[in-house]
Amino acid sequence: MIMNYELVIGLETHVELSTESKIFCSCGGHSAANEPNDCVCPACSGMPGMLPVMNKRVVELAVTAGLMLNCEISRYTTFDKKNYYYPDLPCAYQITQLNHPICTNGCVTLKTSNGARDIRIKQIHMEEDAGKLVHSGNASFVDFNRTSVPLIEIVTQPDFRSAEEVVTYLNKLKNMFRSGGISECEEGAMRCDVNISVSPEGSEEFGVRTEIKNMSSFEAIEKAIRYESQRHIDALEYETEELVQETRRFDDASGKTFAMRNKETEADYRYFPDANLMPIIIDDEWLEQIKASKPEAVDEKAEQYREAGISDKEIDMLISNHKISKLLDDTVALGCNAKDAAAWILTDCMGILRKAKKTVNELEVTAENLAAIIKMVDGGKINRNAGKKVLIAVIEDGADPVEYCKANGLDKQVDSSAVDGIVDKVISENAQAVEDYKNGKVKALQALFGACMRELKGAGDPTVIKELLENKLK
Amino acid sequence: MKYYVTQLCDKGTVAVDDTILVKGAQSAAGSKMLEGFKPLFSAEAVTRLEDKGYSISGKTNVGEFGLDLVGEFSYYGENDAELKGAAASLVAGGEVKAALGVDMNGATRRAAALSGVDFLKPTYGTVSRYGVISCAASGEQVGVYAKDAENVAEIMSVIAGHDDKDGTSLPAESYEYSVNEDVSAKKVCIIKELYEKADDAQKAKVDSYAQALKANGVTVETVSSSLFEIANTAWQILMCAETCNNVSRYDGVKFGHRSSNYRNIDELYVNSRTEGFNFLTKAVILYGSDVLSKNRYKDCYDKSLRVRRVVAEGIAKLAESYDAILTPVCSKASYEAYDIHEAFGKVFDESVFTAVPNLIGTPALVSGGVQLMGKHFGESTLLSLAHSVERKGE
Repeated sequence: MIMNYELVIGLETHVELSTESKIFCSCGGHSAANEPNDCVCPACSGMPGMLPVMNKRVVELAVTAGLMLNCEISRYTTFDKKNYYYPDLPCAYQITQLNHPICTNGCVTLKTSNGARDIRIKQIHMEEDAGKLVHSGNASFVDFNRTSVPLIEIVTQPDFRSAEEVVTYLNKLKNMFRSGGISECEEGAMRCDVNISVSPEGSEEFGVRTEIKNMSSFEAIEKAIRYESQRHIDALEYETEELVQETRRFDDASGKTFAMRNKETEADYRYFPDANLMPIIIDDEWLEQIKASKPEAVDEKAEQYREAGISDKEIDMLISNHKISKLLDDTVALGCNAKDAAAWILTDCMGILRKAKKTVNELEVTAENLAAIIKMVDGGKINRNAGKKVLIAVIEDGADPVEYCKANGLDKQVDSSAVDGIVDKVISENAQAVEDYKNGKVKALQALFGACMRELKGAGDPTVIKELLENKLK
Repeated sequence: MKYYVTQLCDKGTVAVDDTILVKGAQSAAGSKMLEGFKPLFSAEAVTRLEDKGYSISGKTNVGEFGLDLVGEFSYYGENDAELKGAAASLVAGGEVKAALGVDMNGATRRAAALSGVDFLKPTYGTVSRYGVISCAASGEQVGVYAKDAENVAEIMSVIAGHDDKDGTSLPAESYEYSVNEDVSAKKVCIIKELYEKADDAQKAKVDSYAQALKANGVTVETVSSSLFEIANTAWQILMCAETCNNVSRYDGVKFGHRSSNYRNIDELYVNSRTEGFNFLTKAVILYGSDVLSKNRYKDCYDKSLRVRRVVAEGIAKLAESYDAILTPVCSKASYEAYDIHEAFGKVFDESVFTAVPNLIGTPALVSGGVQLMGKHFGESTLLSLAHSVERKGE
């Protein structure tokens, strides 16, 4: 009979950090590159004579990640060299952390279909990424743009019991890191090695462990876990094959895992301390500074937004991007209503960006300017349409909201008699449209309304104008 | 012997070892592996000299990666019967005012002693290593050859000081080097174990130097210490490990020598490196690779790091009683040409005289064919002691 089996999974997740420069030199990250080897200097291409110089921001982001995952922060942290030859690794060693990683002993709680689950974090360490090989026909080319881009590697204990938990965890990391400004977590910026074993339920001992290397899509990770766990169960249940401890790769096309060459799994990386980088001491003062600038945990933040009446869909958009959630928080801090401000940001600002074919990170508006616009609209100084016009001018041309209103006559107080006069004028000048409307063409009202708005240069209250028009045409 | 690998001008004031980068000039560290490598920037020490108006005469020949005794195994020069080091010989001949060399395993100090010039290996972290073709990062330092202590002090004051481009550079913006400290109350010790490793001629040199110091009021005593021997073993292990790692970037992929004979990436690596490195470098790579391997790491590399601490503590204790340590630099007054297959052992044996300052980062000054080792930042004491003897000799 078929027994029940328990799946045991541990994860190693590499996350590319959002820093302006690489980890040991001042080159921009590869996201700034257009052409292969655009972001390369003598240091990150391994030329003799160059020395690594630590990018402080990497330490701060790694500590922030550690704080978010409830880790102990090491006050003394060092770098080691990992030796192996590969053409995309210019020095033939990778600078990483083995002996004194920056964060240890963390924990993260997941909400799963089986209730809350705690996943222990063994450690987080900092390291540099490798470059990339591009193969073309018989030739291979090396692109060092990604070389020395900063990564953190988050290593969990073997605490996952299902593929679902793994995906929940990865989504949680992704949201946390995006909202914390730690990583954009774009495609390929988050890569996982998955350690899997299967044992009969209730067994004290873990089964034979295999490791599936280097997967970047959550879908592939889930598929790989499902395939690999079934392979283990089949081996145990039907003795289809003998399981050995090995490194495997997942083939997306076939949905299967394959053993990698033994040579690669048995490498001795000859780790040893990097004498070019002095130990980093994180003192109380520095740690407090990092803590002070750390964004709130995603859960707390989401709760806070929910209480303000923001919808779940909007909350997801907000917490997945540190820039816009910060813009919202800052705007609210200036006295605006949260729900209202969220609509301005997620509907109006995003709409303007979409039209301009720009990304969220290219949004150029300060909380001060946004708050000024919202207050003008709320205070009845301008109508909402005019407010949107101002916002476009602010985002696209860097205009000052108040100045812009003045210069374009948007803030002109329109008394109701003036509006009344304009409406009468429009009705008398557009006999055909009036006729059409009276004959049941509802669309014609829109044309008349537009004509009124043009006359008023957008200054009147649209609701009032519509009402007036309708009343006068009855 | 070929002094210059690349001569840059006729009447330059400072020569620079080929292990130190000068922008646009081939910098190959005596190795075929780096043939044709022209750096995009100059070493910090070179830039500082040029900024102060010193002109660079050229790149002086060195043994491959500075691993040999005094520069006898360079791809770019003949193995001369009279082994004295290229940069040291130029200074001795009055061709240049001074020269820069990288002190990593004693080759620079031995060359100075054999050529009869001064060489200062400064405190670790005082001179930027930016632009040094690095082998043993934890113990190498740019040092200065000159005809006497005064000239060493002049050049040192130009090249020393903090550099943001080197993470191991110490914070002080600049350092002062004096030759005029009062030496009359200083105390110097001779290490019995090192003294006895030298031949009679070298012993006589130490004896007469001690006499000269005494004549200037310095107290000289002999003490016994086993630290130097264990320090050498530890340093050879660390030096080989770090060198093995640092030269691993010379793989034929990016620059320097690439074998024309390969069918795949493994052959490209193996054949390029087999053709590009000399036998001594290969021995160092194999030795270094071995001490870093899983099975050996704890007993070799890790133990050497602990020995480094023990030696540092022991030397600090000695420094409580003495201002400097007086030792021979070489076991004999000259080296004869020998086969490269014997090099690893020969260098190991001779480095017993020079290893401590590399291992623990203290300064050492070669003058009058002998060596004075000091405490961290104690360069001026060493220079003043040497100056007191040099002045008498004039």
